[in-house]
Amino acid sequence: MAERTIIPFGPQHPVLPEPIHLDLVIEDEKVVEAIPNIGFIHRGLELLCKKKTFEDMTFVAERICGICSFIHGVGYCQGIEQIMKLDIPPRAQFLRSFWSELARIQSHLLWLGLAADAIGFESLFMHSWRVREKILDIFEETTGGRVIFGASKVGGTRKDINNETLQRLAKTLKEIEEDYRSLAKVFEQDYTIATRWSGIGIVSKEEAHSLGAVGPCARASGLRQDTRLLKYGAYEHLDFEPIVETAGDCQARTVVRVKEIFQAFDLMQQSIAKMPEGEIDIKVTGMPHDEFFSRVEQPRGEVVYYIKGNGTKYLERFRVRTPTFANLAPLLKMLAGCDLADAPAIVLSIDPCISCTER
Amino acid sequence: MFEHQEIVNIEISELQTHVKKLCDEGYRLVQIGCTALDHFQIDYTFDKDHKFFDLRIKLPKEEPKLNSISTIYLPACFYENELHDLFGIQVSGMAIDFGGKFYRIAEKNPFINPKNLEEK
Repeated sequence: MAERTIIPFGPQHPVLPEPIHLDLVIEDEKVVEAIPNIGFIHRGLELLCKKKTFEDMTFVAERICGICSFIHGVGYCQGIEQIMKLDIPPRAQFLRSFWSELARIQSHLLWLGLAADAIGFESLFMHSWRVREKILDIFEETTGGRVIFGASKVGGTRKDINNETLQRLAKTLKEIEEDYRSLAKVFEQDYTIATRWSGIGIVSKEEAHSLGAVGPCARASGLRQDTRLLKYGAYEHLDFEPIVETAGDCQARTVVRVKEIFQAFDLMQQSIAKMPEGEIDIKVTGMPHDEFFSRVEQPRGEVVYYIKGNGTKYLERFRVRTPTFANLAPLLKMLAGCDLADAPAIVLSIDPCISCTER
Repeated sequence: MFEHQEIVNIEISELQTHVKKLCDEGYRLVQIGCTALDHFQIDYTFDKDHKFFDLRIKLPKEEPKLNSISTIYLPACFYENELHDLFGIQVSGMAIDFGGKFYRIAEKNPFINPKNLEEK
């Protein structure tokens, strides 16, 4: 039997934008076991619900993460609205969906760029982020922010987009989609990428289910699992079918994200076409005095907010289960049996967001 | 409400049986969370085909102890380590026990010490 060695991987590593540590137990060049370790930047944001009012907690929720900030805000507001039985205006629902899909595109493009960079495909990295800049420009024009948006609030949205701007954005989005199409082709068909990512970090459908995988990690293994199927917000009125691949490897997880960007463009066009007229918010009176598990689909997968009110302006409990936390166990399965040289690509393939996990 | 959420209160002694049954029925473990009230409220959340189900148990705040469900659902051990580090709940039988080092936090069990929070 070969001698076992433990290789420390992270928290500082070229493929890791944020700190996570893995003890990789190896025999020769094969990883036989991986033990994760997080907690380097735990911020205890959940405890702020004791000091910030339930309305101000929207800003805290948005700051859980700088990549998926908008959808964090939506998930939190949706939870409070369910507890307080607030029926928010349809236009606000559609605006939230529009921005949510915009956020999905920028997050996936960010990951695609990082993934290209990790395998030394510098030009692809730059083109991915070039397209992403155009998406951020739309965010800036419609919300005023490029990272933190503050567009969602309990009872609706703070910002509206007038119909002329929406029609112009519909054309702009089509142009960006065409621009992106050439990039997508590279990610899906390029020989170098396929050779690097195919057949590594495989998780079967059964394993993905039993290990609690979420988001693109689950869908790349053949699970038809997408929280948007709950039909929250405007998704009740939007047509879509989750993107599912079956190979369960790094390439499949990439292809799911590549296709989800096209899907997000389509959902945004649907949102614009079906955008109802009317108000964007309602007056919020009273205090939350119940509990709800609010679930929404982040770019990385299902996120769960447990919110419990006690009839005061401060919440009793605010808990967040982020998608990366759920994808830790599948990551261990992906790493077991892989070559040491493949470990960075596999870790990156779950699109780890440690800021979310260390909320 | 767009989603019906079924929450079932059970005794601690029934936990393993209920969890095993849900696992056999094909439910996915979504999360385990704790809320510090006058007792600890522990929620074990599951999902099957986007159907929500939650098992809830009560734990006393004095010497809280739990048995791990990570032999049934492996990912449970991460949530259980979190319960230990943030709330001081002793969980026995975890598949991976980080021994209190899952989160590198300055204060021990910060979620049961609101006094410390007020001082800051």
